[in-house]
Amino acid sequence: MDLIQLLIGGVASGCIYGLVALGFVLIYKATEGVNFAQGDMMMLGAFIALGFVNSDHLGLAFIPGIVLAAALMGGVGYGIDRFVVRQIFGQPQFALVILTIALGFILRFIAGSIWGYSPLVLETPYAGQSVPLGRINISVADIVTILVTGLLTLALWGFFAYTRTGLAAQAASQNQMAAYIVGVPVRRINSIIWGLSGVVATIAGVLFASKGAIDPNVGLLGIKAFAAAVIGGFGSLPGALLGGILIGVVEPLAARYLPGGISQMSPYIIMLAVLVTRPNGLFAQMHAKKV
Amino acid sequence: MKVIFKTSYDRDIDLHKDVWSRGRIAALVAVMAALPFLVGEYYLAEATNTLIWALAGMGLMLLVGHSGQVSLGHAAFLAIGAYTDSALMNIGLPFVVTFPAAALAAGLFGALVAIPAVRMSGIYLAIATLALFVIVEEMIIILEPITGGVGGIQAPAIEIAGISFDRYGHLDHFYWLCLTVVVAVTWAYANLLRSPTGRSFLAVRDSEVSARALGINVTRTRALAFGLSCAMTGLAGALMGHYIAFFNYELFSVFISINLLLVVTIGGLGFIQGAFFGAILITAVPQLIAILRGAARDSLGVDIGGMPGLDTMLFAMILVGFIIYEPTGLYGRWLKTKVWFELFPLARRDMFRRQKSYLKTERQK
Repeated sequence: MDLIQLLIGGVASGCIYGLVALGFVLIYKATEGVNFAQGDMMMLGAFIALGFVNSDHLGLAFIPGIVLAAALMGGVGYGIDRFVVRQIFGQPQFALVILTIALGFILRFIAGSIWGYSPLVLETPYAGQSVPLGRINISVADIVTILVTGLLTLALWGFFAYTRTGLAAQAASQNQMAAYIVGVPVRRINSIIWGLSGVVATIAGVLFASKGAIDPNVGLLGIKAFAAAVIGGFGSLPGALLGGILIGVVEPLAARYLPGGISQMSPYIIMLAVLVTRPNGLFAQMHAKKV
Repeated sequence: MKVIFKTSYDRDIDLHKDVWSRGRIAALVAVMAALPFLVGEYYLAEATNTLIWALAGMGLMLLVGHSGQVSLGHAAFLAIGAYTDSALMNIGLPFVVTFPAAALAAGLFGALVAIPAVRMSGIYLAIATLALFVIVEEMIIILEPITGGVGGIQAPAIEIAGISFDRYGHLDHFYWLCLTVVVAVTWAYANLLRSPTGRSFLAVRDSEVSARALGINVTRTRALAFGLSCAMTGLAGALMGHYIAFFNYELFSVFISINLLLVVTIGGLGFIQGAFFGAILITAVPQLIAILRGAARDSLGVDIGGMPGLDTMLFAMILVGFIIYEPTGLYGRWLKTKVWFELFPLARRDMFRRQKSYLKTERQK
């Protein structure tokens, strides 16, 4: 019974890692850049949602508040790409890595100076509720997390498979130059993808905040989400999600059954093991590098 | 512009372009050596800190700037250096043994890690080193008998041949020790770059496939670069441990790795001088902020001390500015200024125009 309880909690937190990882993968798939500020975007999204929803801030209703926050973060993501990242279009990947790390610090500072550095709690309509199921209790937050993640993944899959923009993004990701030549507005597509990953980050942030308190440093969760993305193979959306769930499940199990300290290291140990045995992840999309 | 008349082949591989460049370096080292007589205790401590950062920066420069591999976890190797040195000194070994041992431990660990890591490219390597950093941090807490765990560890005072190099008792001696190490490492680094090994680092950085075609063992070269880089960083870590005197795992946070990356990027990727420029910037900016803070409080009555994270924020802004507007860093800017003066009325803005290029994809699909 204990095990099932742990498993469900693990899958739920895994979904959050998976969603942040999804944000990385979105940007990586479309622009071949890695956004190291994804964790901080999640943090900022959670704080903006908190600013809209909490009764001592703006006090909007839950769903409209979240939608507004997601839209705003979409704008932030779009703006980051339009005004900052586009400036270094064509520079080596390394430049983008450093740039986004720096952006992460700036986002953290912004959140810290608006909402302070002490932990805050997002007011959700389902806070603290749980559903008894036989002898185990499943918290509603966990159920919502798993459901929303599933729906969002389906929606993203649909977006890439069927919409015009999604197909254009796929084209841009496979060959930027060729896509440009056949008339795909590569740069605008990149910005849209960044905006989309801002929205995904907000949803991940809200789900994370509904399970506990947030402070400006929760963005460091992004490192764990990296591990998830790498385990899944950086170019694969379902891979990222599965990687996240794997980490989310292993962590509480390691904390329960293995000596102390191993649990914190477990995501990275799994990741290094995957990198050593299958350098391109379990769901590889990368192939040998061209000259 | 000066044209050098070469009379022997040795001139082509000489470290210095001409006698003036040799003289400038000698003068710089002389001034640095005389520094304890020129400035007070406070500034000497700052200078020591800058030297240590420059040493660590050179370690990362070798990796990022000269062999084209990104590490986001170099603080881990600083930590390994510092803990190896202090732990060995605490069981009674002399500094002359523990200091090389720190480099050896960090270097060996780095090379060991590098063997799987070098198979990964770019982003994967960066993330793997980040993960490695987290693992090392946890290991430090777990290995409490050696590292002192959360409580921390004392770095004993250094004594070589009866002379004390204690950071608090004899700061000038400690400063000279750091200076000697930095000068020696810089000299070795500069020489490494003109050796076949150093050239193969550059070849691997610029094109892995071409390097392989020229008969360079890419895996070996990258692992060697990783090991050397980590050894240098380990030396810096040992000195940093002595400089702080009492430290725990928190000294080597992820922000140190980021700061190191800042040192090499802002300084100028691919130039040894860049590590020094970056180190000066990163140690001077917090001081400047402190001074500005004091001035703002005294004259305007505004207390900006209450905003935590302002330092990191400013660093981040500087970094963003450099990446967008001056990707070659401070040293690159210096070179451009120099060329402008050398060519004086003939220099044109477009001489250094960045070439716009489309992203070269790493995928083949």
